[in-house]
Amino acid sequence: MVAAVRAAEAGVHVGIVDCNANLGGQIWRGEAKHEWTRAAGWISRLRTAGATILCALTVFHQPETGILLAETNDSVHVLSYTKLVLATGARERFLPFPGWTLPNVTGVGGLQALVKSGLPIRGKRVVIAGTGPLLLAVAAYLREHGAEIPIICEQASWSSLARFGVTLFGQPAKIAQGLRLTGQLARVKFAPNSWPVAVHGKAAVEAVMISRQGRTETIPCDYLACGFHLVPNIELPLLLGCEIQRGCVQVDDFQRTTVREVLCAGEPTGIGGIELSLAEGQIAGLVASGQMTAAKELFGQRNRARHFARTLDRAFRLRSELRRLPSPDTIVCRCEDIRYSRLSQHTSWRSAKLHTRCGMGPCQGRVCGPASEFLFKWNPDSVRPPIFPVRVESLVALSSEPELECSEVSGGHK
Amino acid sequence: MLSEIVVTVNGVPVTVPSGATVTTAILLAGKACRISVSGEPRGPLCGMGTCFECRVAINGKPHCLSCQTLCQQGMEVRTDE
Repeated sequence: MVAAVRAAEAGVHVGIVDCNANLGGQIWRGEAKHEWTRAAGWISRLRTAGATILCALTVFHQPETGILLAETNDSVHVLSYTKLVLATGARERFLPFPGWTLPNVTGVGGLQALVKSGLPIRGKRVVIAGTGPLLLAVAAYLREHGAEIPIICEQASWSSLARFGVTLFGQPAKIAQGLRLTGQLARVKFAPNSWPVAVHGKAAVEAVMISRQGRTETIPCDYLACGFHLVPNIELPLLLGCEIQRGCVQVDDFQRTTVREVLCAGEPTGIGGIELSLAEGQIAGLVASGQMTAAKELFGQRNRARHFARTLDRAFRLRSELRRLPSPDTIVCRCEDIRYSRLSQHTSWRSAKLHTRCGMGPCQGRVCGPASEFLFKWNPDSVRPPIFPVRVESLVALSSEPELECSEVSGGHK
Repeated sequence: MLSEIVVTVNGVPVTVPSGATVTTAILLAGKACRISVSGEPRGPLCGMGTCFECRVAINGKPHCLSCQTLCQQGMEVRTDE
């Protein structure tokens, strides 16, 4: 979004495509309706600058350079561009354990997104588990909205966390955030060295069994919000031929990918949080619209934010015990109900996919891929179009659909 | 601008606040979104349109992501049952 603003304000014809119903991505979901927020400020600038805003629109293919195909629930569209900024964000990594497929087991960011989308949480008991600062941020949010949080289970150890704590002093925004959070979380149990081992319940979650300092405890609850890091959404960059290394889109200092006319900003270039995404996004929009001097002015901000992100990574590394959580009949691929015992017979993602259909369901490996990567140390390979399921009627209708022309398209997309 | 919207989930009316997603309506109706290949009830996991567990038929169109779709007055939602 910020990329679109910086380009549109320079007079460039800009279109922004977001697969969500509203702009703002995950972190700013629901923020823009409050006019004092940064999100509202940026959206106001976007509208004033006259960018074309296309929401609830999902890009699924690029049949030739400069042409994107996208679908809504009811229609299909052809978009053409001369420059493309990809800001496809990230999703959570889910790890399987017995009972994780029960209704009311959600991601951490996932539960926050659901509550922001209208799910009532007041008076509900929510166990939060997984890893990273997201656990605290979401716990605070849920508390603000009346949820009871019996415990926050962080899989990292105290010593890892202490190292992370020391570096917070380099990041003023994070300290402020930390202090605000502490007030809301004063009476919530925060337990490092702990993780979920099983979920109990018939039709939905009734209790979670956790491992805490080597002992197990069972905690009755209504929801388990559980996520283990964020994973960049690189499917569209990969489809376009951008170079990817260690799961991240490779970009130069100007946020340019290895594909001509395609830039990338935010989480897909490396998980780094909102401040890094804001810096990278603006740089990308400025570069795409030829404002190189203004872009360079943001390099310092970006580089400081990037340093913080690397520290985060080291502090919250996933521990090996998490690989032993699934039992033989725990489902790993939720789309095709493929269980751990079937997958563990294979030695590569490709082999598992071809023999079991793991990764071939509607999510196209977005859930089971990162899980398998961690469990088995596999490398999920290339993508093929369409990168999301698409209706046959859309494919048939394509030749007669009108084309929307923009000289720059900013993609906020998964 | 309505502050509340009424949709139907499997024929039963559900009232949601304006701006709520179809997933909210389904969860308020006490329904699972879908039944998996081996018969398990499933609800939303990721909340952001990547896991596809929340997919339902909306106004006759199957496989719509309910977490990505805002409720509109009179919308007809069908889950697996």
